[in-house]
Amino acid sequence: GYIADEEFDELCFEFGLELDEITSEKDIISREQGDVRAAGASDVVLYKIDVPANRYDLLCLEGLVRGLQVFKQKIEAPYYRRVGATDGKPQRFIITQETAVLRPHAVAAVLRNITFTQERYDSFIELQEKLHQNICRKRSLVAIGTHDLDTISGPFTYTAKAPDDICFKPLNQKEESTATELMRLYKNDSHLRHYLHIIEDEPHYPIIYDSNGVVLSMPPIINGDHSKISLKTKNVFIECTATDLTKAKIVLDMMVTMFSEYCAKPFTVEEVEVVCPDGSTCLYPDLAYRKELISGDTINQKVGIKESAESLARLLTRMCLKAEVTGKADEIEVEIPPTRSDVIHACDIMEDAAMAYGFNNIARTKPKTYTIANQLPLNKLSELLRLELAAAGFTEALTFALCSQEDIADKLGKKISDSRAVHISNPKTAEFQVARTTLLPGLLKTLAANRKLPLPLKLFEISDVVLKDDTTDVGARNNRRLCAVFYNKIPGFEVIHGLLDRVMQLLDVKPSRDQGYYIQAASDSIFFPGRCAEIISHGKSVGCLGVLHPDVINRFELTMPCSALDLDIEPFL
Amino acid sequence: MADAGLAESVLERLEKLDCGVDSQDVASVLSVDHQAIVGAVKSLQSLGELISAEQRSSKHWELTAEGKEIVEQGSHEARVFNAIPTEGLSQTDLMKLPSGKVGFSKAMSNKWIRLDKGHESGPRVFRMVESIEDTVQDKLVQVQKGLTGKLDEKEKNELKKRKLLSEVTVKSYWLTKGPSFSTTVTKQETDLTAEMIASGTWRDKKFKPYNFEALGVPPECGHLHPLMKVRTQFRQIFLEMGFTEMPTNNFIESSFWNFDSLFQPQQHPARDQHDTFFLSDPAVAKDFPMDYLERVKKVHSEGGYGSQGYKYDWKLEEAQKNLLRTHTTAVSARMLYKLAQQGKFTPVKYFSIDRVFRNETLDATHLAEFHQIEGVVADYGLTLGDLMGVLHQFFTKLGLKKWVEVGNSGVFRPEMLLPMGIPEGVSVIAWGLSLERPTMIKYGINNIRELVGHKVNLQMVYDSPICRLDS
Repeated sequence: GYIADEEFDELCFEFGLELDEITSEKDIISREQGDVRAAGASDVVLYKIDVPANRYDLLCLEGLVRGLQVFKQKIEAPYYRRVGATDGKPQRFIITQETAVLRPHAVAAVLRNITFTQERYDSFIELQEKLHQNICRKRSLVAIGTHDLDTISGPFTYTAKAPDDICFKPLNQKEESTATELMRLYKNDSHLRHYLHIIEDEPHYPIIYDSNGVVLSMPPIINGDHSKISLKTKNVFIECTATDLTKAKIVLDMMVTMFSEYCAKPFTVEEVEVVCPDGSTCLYPDLAYRKELISGDTINQKVGIKESAESLARLLTRMCLKAEVTGKADEIEVEIPPTRSDVIHACDIMEDAAMAYGFNNIARTKPKTYTIANQLPLNKLSELLRLELAAAGFTEALTFALCSQEDIADKLGKKISDSRAVHISNPKTAEFQVARTTLLPGLLKTLAANRKLPLPLKLFEISDVVLKDDTTDVGARNNRRLCAVFYNKIPGFEVIHGLLDRVMQLLDVKPSRDQGYYIQAASDSIFFPGRCAEIISHGKSVGCLGVLHPDVINRFELTMPCSALDLDIEPFL
Repeated sequence: MADAGLAESVLERLEKLDCGVDSQDVASVLSVDHQAIVGAVKSLQSLGELISAEQRSSKHWELTAEGKEIVEQGSHEARVFNAIPTEGLSQTDLMKLPSGKVGFSKAMSNKWIRLDKGHESGPRVFRMVESIEDTVQDKLVQVQKGLTGKLDEKEKNELKKRKLLSEVTVKSYWLTKGPSFSTTVTKQETDLTAEMIASGTWRDKKFKPYNFEALGVPPECGHLHPLMKVRTQFRQIFLEMGFTEMPTNNFIESSFWNFDSLFQPQQHPARDQHDTFFLSDPAVAKDFPMDYLERVKKVHSEGGYGSQGYKYDWKLEEAQKNLLRTHTTAVSARMLYKLAQQGKFTPVKYFSIDRVFRNETLDATHLAEFHQIEGVVADYGLTLGDLMGVLHQFFTKLGLKKWVEVGNSGVFRPEMLLPMGIPEGVSVIAWGLSLERPTMIKYGINNIRELVGHKVNLQMVYDSPICRLDS
């Protein structure tokens, strides 16, 4: 019967899912493209559910309904079985040596005497697509091909050939083409063009033939048109080619466990013999069941509940993890079905037990862990200085740690090759080319964005820059800096100098040549000649201050004179 | 203050009256411009409740510039009449007079003059009467004297039609004695001075009232950034709960610590170029704790510690890749590894709030860098109930009821902890959330760009209130 939306929401939550929204195709189109476009669309109610990333068994309606029914104890979890071919001779799938450098792995299975309806067929196609997008990593790790077995004849050969030597009629095309032509054709295909890069630059492309030379598919790009499945297909041949065998087995198991429900003998899958280049053979699908032993006490301790082993076994069984007490103390034997590839450790079993128990039913407790808190000295110093700088009349800016090369080099009159900047290899825009080596550009850009505000503008930031450093394991380190700017109609060197004196006073460093700090003339492309000084503290250079060079002011789209202070605060820890 | 003498005159005038008086009447009695009286009224008002003045508006008749000219020089027709000598005046010459045209036709219709068209020297104008009475001038004089009432409506409208009179609206005050009425004006002091305090003269002075409606002068000061104010509060909460701050001042991290050590498989989508910023220089990390690295490799590729593992070909090159850390959990991993190396295990509570980086699509709530808040507790026998209890305490301090929405939490996997050398039986619970999200909620900011980065409006920073998370 029908259940109310709230009730369904509640059920999803109990089962560890999140009901994202209740909508319809019409609603979605109307929201994205307006009411006019939505006029003819379906208003059948759609439930959008967030499924945990590794629960592939909940990606299609078949699996979700099965999972919920088991959870609600309406049915028992089915047992998925690999069965031999009726004539005792399994389909054979032969992998040749040529595939080794490209996609060396393949697995296959047959769904015998299946009955498709439009809904089942759509769900079957949709599951393939969802698996392709996540566990298959956009077909790079695994690619699935499904075929009408009655249109082809085994044994099948999975090999690799030069693109010009491959010629077939691909899915939904009228003409035969070579692989080279196909790759060109699909350059403009909104869907397929995303997969071309996987094999594009290879000298050979993977290709699967039947015993008559009919092309089944050219993984991971496209299937042949000849063997395409339809609503009328009775026997489905599924092959998965892969760079990761473990994932290929999972994907095949998912496809067959989800849809063997519609076979004449439900939940049975016909085996396929895969022959490896070295001659060894394997039978697929795997459909392996694994058993784990876990004590009830362990579950109780980790979750923070007190349930009997029998009760815990019942909870686990509801999560499709068939469990029984063994009778030895409080030991529970848990059977992990092929649909639950996400369960790889006892901790996953405990999590399911907790979920079935109901997270909201677990009593909230306070850990007995007794500890004394400590601040990180560098952060403690930064926090104290921030307050004092604000008290000195400067306003705190918060700028990005990533920026363009131009910001830290050209605009400051420096060469990027002279900097100790770390470089990002894959920035989407110039804003993320490097990590900043100085806080100054961020402050100057903040000034530029606030030129309309009354002068003077007094800004500071205490934050990290990043510098290459061979002495660390990653070859770079952060450096905590204090930077301040004074922007006004007059340069105000004395203001920024006064700020330095104040900061030193706060750090309890006295003005002194040998026992404290002093400043001495220096030159730097950032500053106006003769208006730049280096800060020396206890004999070491710790920063600089001065009046900015007019070129720097111009390059940051500023118009007024500006003085700046840049100080490394780490020596003062 | 306006003319103090005038103000006193107004007060004296008011004292004689039992009821009230219109400021216009005061002006006419004192023979001063009405505007001067208005000024005096305003300055009296500022002295407290000496008088009460109710604004009103009235209409009255006023001479136009031409009307004033007529008061001085007579009407156009009178001027024409007066210009004609006994022997008459040629029409041509008459028309040359300033009042000629208007005056001629009016004087003709008044039958004061006649035109002899057939005169031998051309058309000529003669007086028809000995003397005239210039009623137009007389009426205008009455108006000027303020005696408009002596004219009837018809007369006024006719003069209006001739553009000699106009009706104007005048704003005036109806003045009555105030509760503290007095005829003397004490000069009010603007403010207390040191001299008054020293001499004691403040006792006899009256002080000008302050305008409490106006805002004060803003103090000259610096300001803290709102996101950093919220960061301070979060630090405070963790410190109150006994959590020690982790050293997160390392934005550059290796894939090993950012992913592999956390049992994140090497093909995981988060490790994609589309999600993570990798480095070209320095491209790879060196110096890993090799025995630990071997254990990590094994648990990924073969399993162990009770785990099936991911069963894939784990590659060192993948682990060496440097990146901008995608979460501060990389630091938590380093800290837990360090903890495991110290020999005897001691329980810890750690926290951090620092920047993390994601190479993802930017929108109103996502930037390429943001601050992650993270809390970690490691001890023997921690339960899921403990995790929920700690989260409850933490979010109660935040004053947030719906905390599920803003963060995530969990128990670290044994595949992560056991290879580090953390003893069996020790559980590590952790949770994380972004600093920006609760700050945006707190300060009512919808677009993250209005909060973080160089494009923020500093006025927002200047104006942002202090942060008290629990209120």
